[in-house]
Amino acid sequence: MPSKRDKHQSKYTLDRGIPGAFEGETITRRRFMTGTAHSAGAVAAASFALPALGFAFGPIFKSNPHRWEVVGTVDQFPDNNYVPVVITLQPNIGEAGKSTVYMRKFNPEIDTDPYDKGTPYIAISSRCAHVGCPVRWVDASERFICPCHGGVYDLLGRRVGGPPVRPLDRFYTRVNGEDVEVGPRFSVNSQLRRFSPRDPGETLDGIGQYLYPSRPGAQKL
Amino acid sequence: MPKLPAPPLPAPLKTPPPRPGQGNGKGGPLEDAKQAGITVVDWVDERTSLSGAARWMMFRKVPKGTNWFYTLGSATMFAFLSQAVTGVFLAMYYRPDPAGGAYESIRYVTNDVFLGQFVRGMHKWGSSVMVVLVFLHMARTFFFGAYKYPRELNWVIGVVLLILTMVMSFTGYLLPFDQRAYWATIVGVNINGTGPLVGPYLSDFLRGGSEFGATTLSRFYAIHMLLIPGLMAALIGAHLFLVAKLGTTAPPWTRAEKRHELRETEV
Repeated sequence: MPSKRDKHQSKYTLDRGIPGAFEGETITRRRFMTGTAHSAGAVAAASFALPALGFAFGPIFKSNPHRWEVVGTVDQFPDNNYVPVVITLQPNIGEAGKSTVYMRKFNPEIDTDPYDKGTPYIAISSRCAHVGCPVRWVDASERFICPCHGGVYDLLGRRVGGPPVRPLDRFYTRVNGEDVEVGPRFSVNSQLRRFSPRDPGETLDGIGQYLYPSRPGAQKL
Repeated sequence: MPKLPAPPLPAPLKTPPPRPGQGNGKGGPLEDAKQAGITVVDWVDERTSLSGAARWMMFRKVPKGTNWFYTLGSATMFAFLSQAVTGVFLAMYYRPDPAGGAYESIRYVTNDVFLGQFVRGMHKWGSSVMVVLVFLHMARTFFFGAYKYPRELNWVIGVVLLILTMVMSFTGYLLPFDQRAYWATIVGVNINGTGPLVGPYLSDFLRGGSEFGATTLSRFYAIHMLLIPGLMAALIGAHLFLVAKLGTTAPPWTRAEKRHELRETEV
């Protein structure tokens, strides 16, 4: 089917045969007015829509400042057992912002993984890597047990049973004089290689780290 | 011979009773009240023609075989209205404060407000009732084939309404902010996070950040109270309009009447 505009159309309305055209006009007054009204409407709509969208989606990109919290003194934590301590993940919201961390001193016989070198203390998060229920350290069996769906982790937080998809998250630790401080969270894959914190249920082995990308709001140190 | 009394007339042949205000001289307070009501309705109708729309909606034809299954849609809407009304009353007391105010406001409504426990119970159980009715209505529509041409758009609107109902249940569950509400929300948001590629961003959007934070409860409250009810009301309006405009279908077990000329060719 032949194109209706097979001749290159002139940019002058006079040549295009539009009624009311005058010499040298390239856009009709009607079209100009319509375009201006539409542009003004778009600016007005954007002036309330864009801030609203920014408000709704902004928190995805906001990163919380890294906080270091004192959890005890250097002689409070053994190197073969875990001690639970309550830390604040989100200040100002009361109990809802708190979580439990299991603290243990670094033990070179147990923590043989090369990624752990240089860590003074091991801080394991109680957040189960299945859907986020709080796990409990059971000393007699040397396991972390999740009450919700039966996830079981070993002494290093690696999954040994149940539906979790990766080991338990950990926190950075440092020693400040006599105090032990716990810092931001990070996630590990089954080889205990470190990644920026991920939500529960997101595996980090193999393709997992690309399938569940790191979020702008949560970066590791 | 004694004259027997005339047999009673059947109802359609009796003279109809006089309409109120027709000047049959039997004025009284009841007649005056009826006349006043009619005057108000006439005043509105003359300026809006709403009686035509009401007649179109209420006196529409329904096919033979319409049965009680067809009431499930209205039942769902009734459940929605019940949720909306009880929700408004709960909103007068609720405080979306994660540092304890939310739990305290619900405790106050349940224990200290007159009929507070009843209204809260209606809202809580009403949500389960609504979800059950929504699924029954959807099943009825599916098994009766009432989603086929020209009603496909109505089905799509219905599916969107189903999703919005689920979102209402999810966001409303967090609001009492007790242990069950908190952990169920943590689990639910993390389940969202397991979707590939967009999962982490979806979780962050729902929570308002990478961790459950100060704005998460407010976010859920705004979605539950403002955003979704508005969308649902608009879509229910569209859904009902399409039902009235397109009419309802007959149940699938009714047979169409064959035309007389074709009966001879029937084997």
